[in-house]
Amino acid sequence: MKPFTYERATSPAQAAASAAGARDAKFIAGGTNLLDLMKLQIEAPAHLIDVNGLALDKIEPTPDGGLRIGALVRNTDLAADARVRRDYGVLSRALLAGASGQLRNKATTAGNLLQRTRCPYFYDSNQACNKRQPGSGCAAIGGFSRQHAVVGASDACIATHPSDMAVAMRALDATVETVNPHGGARRIPIADLHRLPGDTPEIETTLQPGELITAVTLPKPVGGKHIYRKVRDRASYAFALVSVAAIVQRDGTGRMALGGVAHKPWRVEAAEAALPRGARAVAARLFESAKPTSQNAFKLALAERTIGAALMQAKG
Amino acid sequence: MPTPSELEMSRRNLLIGTASSVAIGTVPQAARAQNTVTGGTATATAPTTTRVSFTVNGAVRELDVDTRTTLLDALREHLHLTGTKKGCDHGQCGACTVIVDERRINSCLSLAVMHEGDSVTTIEGLGTPEQMHPMQTAFVKHDGYQCGYCTPGQICSAVAVIDEVKAGIPSHVTEDLNVPPQLTNAELRERMSGNICRCGAYSNIAEAITEVAGSPA
Repeated sequence: MKPFTYERATSPAQAAASAAGARDAKFIAGGTNLLDLMKLQIEAPAHLIDVNGLALDKIEPTPDGGLRIGALVRNTDLAADARVRRDYGVLSRALLAGASGQLRNKATTAGNLLQRTRCPYFYDSNQACNKRQPGSGCAAIGGFSRQHAVVGASDACIATHPSDMAVAMRALDATVETVNPHGGARRIPIADLHRLPGDTPEIETTLQPGELITAVTLPKPVGGKHIYRKVRDRASYAFALVSVAAIVQRDGTGRMALGGVAHKPWRVEAAEAALPRGARAVAARLFESAKPTSQNAFKLALAERTIGAALMQAKG
Repeated sequence: MPTPSELEMSRRNLLIGTASSVAIGTVPQAARAQNTVTGGTATATAPTTTRVSFTVNGAVRELDVDTRTTLLDALREHLHLTGTKKGCDHGQCGACTVIVDERRINSCLSLAVMHEGDSVTTIEGLGTPEQMHPMQTAFVKHDGYQCGYCTPGQICSAVAVIDEVKAGIPSHVTEDLNVPPQLTNAELRERMSGNICRCGAYSNIAEAITEVAGSPA
C-alpha cells in the first residue's frame, strides 16, 4: 500500500470540501473494496477522508411515504430493516445475495453503489485495462470474457458492475442524494448515477470530484411480488453471472432490472411493457443491442431463463 | 512501538517458518512494494503515523500505527495477538474474522486507525485453553478442523452467526423475510460461506455450531 495521510471528517460539507482541496483524496467508509484495491496499488490515494463519523447511518421515513437510507447504513442493517423486508423485499434479497456476512457488516449503502468492477484484467496490473490505465487497451476483449458484459459495452471496456444492491435499487427507482464541495446538494436518479463505459471507462459515475453521497431514497412502496434471482458459479459468496431484480404485480405488469450483464444495472423500460408476454419477449427487448463475446453469449440464454424463473416465482 | 525493521525480524517470522508461509511472504512483498513506483502520482507521500486507541478483549490499548496498518496487522504485529490469522489478506477467506462492536468483520479489510474507541474481540478473548468458550469446546469435540489455520476465524464467525440469528437478521436462504430465521443446516452453511476451510472440515464445523446453537446460552 502507498503511504497516505488520514483525517476523520466532521460534516458532509467539510468532507466534500476536504476531498476537493487535497491531492488524490478518497472517501473511506466500510473500506471493503477500497482497501482491497489499495493493497494491489490499483487505487493509491494520497489522502483518506474517513466519513464513518458523519452520522449518516439512519433509515428514516420520507414525507411521501418512502424511505431515506443514510449513506453509511451497513448492508446487514439495510437488509434486516423491518420496513425494507416488508415493503422493499427485492432490496433485502439483493443485499443478502451479495458478499459474505463479514463484508455485509462493514460495507455501506454508498460504498456498495461505488464499488468497482471485479474484472480480472482490471485487477491484474500486468494486463492492459482502459479502466485502470486509460489508453492501455482492454485485455478482456479477446481474453477470458465469460463473466463480462453482453450489452452496453464498448471497444474500450466490457467490464460489468458487480453490485447486487444497485440492481434492486434501479428496479425501485431510487434517488441518490449528494453534497458537493461548494456547499450545494443535488438528487440524482439512480438510472443516471452509473455510466456506460464508452471511450472513458475510467469514469464510472456522474459524480463530480469531491461530491459525497449522503443518502439513497426509495419512493413509496409499489406492492407486488419482490424477487431477486442470482445465478452464479457457487451457491454463495460469488458475483453474479446474471441476476434479475423483479417487482411483479398481480396483473403481470411490473419492473425488472438485470445485474451481471452490463457496466451498470440494466433496465430497459420498453422491455417491461412485454412482461405480461413472458420471458422471451422481455429478453428480446432487453438485449436488442447486445454484443456478446463468444465466451459469454451463454448469458443471453441464461438471462432469458432467469427472467422466466422469476416470472414463474411471481405467480407462485 | 516496534520499528518496521523490528517487525520484519519478529520472533514469529523467525520461529514459525513452516506454518506461516503466507505471513512470511508478505514481508518482502511489502518491502518491494514500497520501492516500486507505480500509479499516477509523481510525488510520494511519506509514511504517516497516527495514534489510535481501542479496546481489545476487554483491555484498552493505545497504539501509534502507520496509517496503512490494517486491524489484522495491529492485532498480530503490534499487540502480538497471533490467534487471528492472515490468509488471503483480501477479504476472501475469513481467516482474519474478529468481532468488533458485536459484529464479525474481516480484520484484513479495515484500517486500525478507523477503530478509535471500538471494542474488538479476538479468539484470545473468547476463551483460554483452561476455560474455553462453548464454541471452542464444540470444535474440539466434533473435530471441526484439520490444520487449524482457519479455525480462529471460523469460531469468531460462528459465535457471531448465532447472535445474528437471535437478532432476526435474515440470510440469502431465509424463506420468508418476515418470519424470524431459524439456524437450520442450510442457514448455517449460507451464513458461514465467508469462512473457507481448505481442509474441508465443513461438516464437522456445522455439527459443532449446531450443538452450540441448540444448547441454552
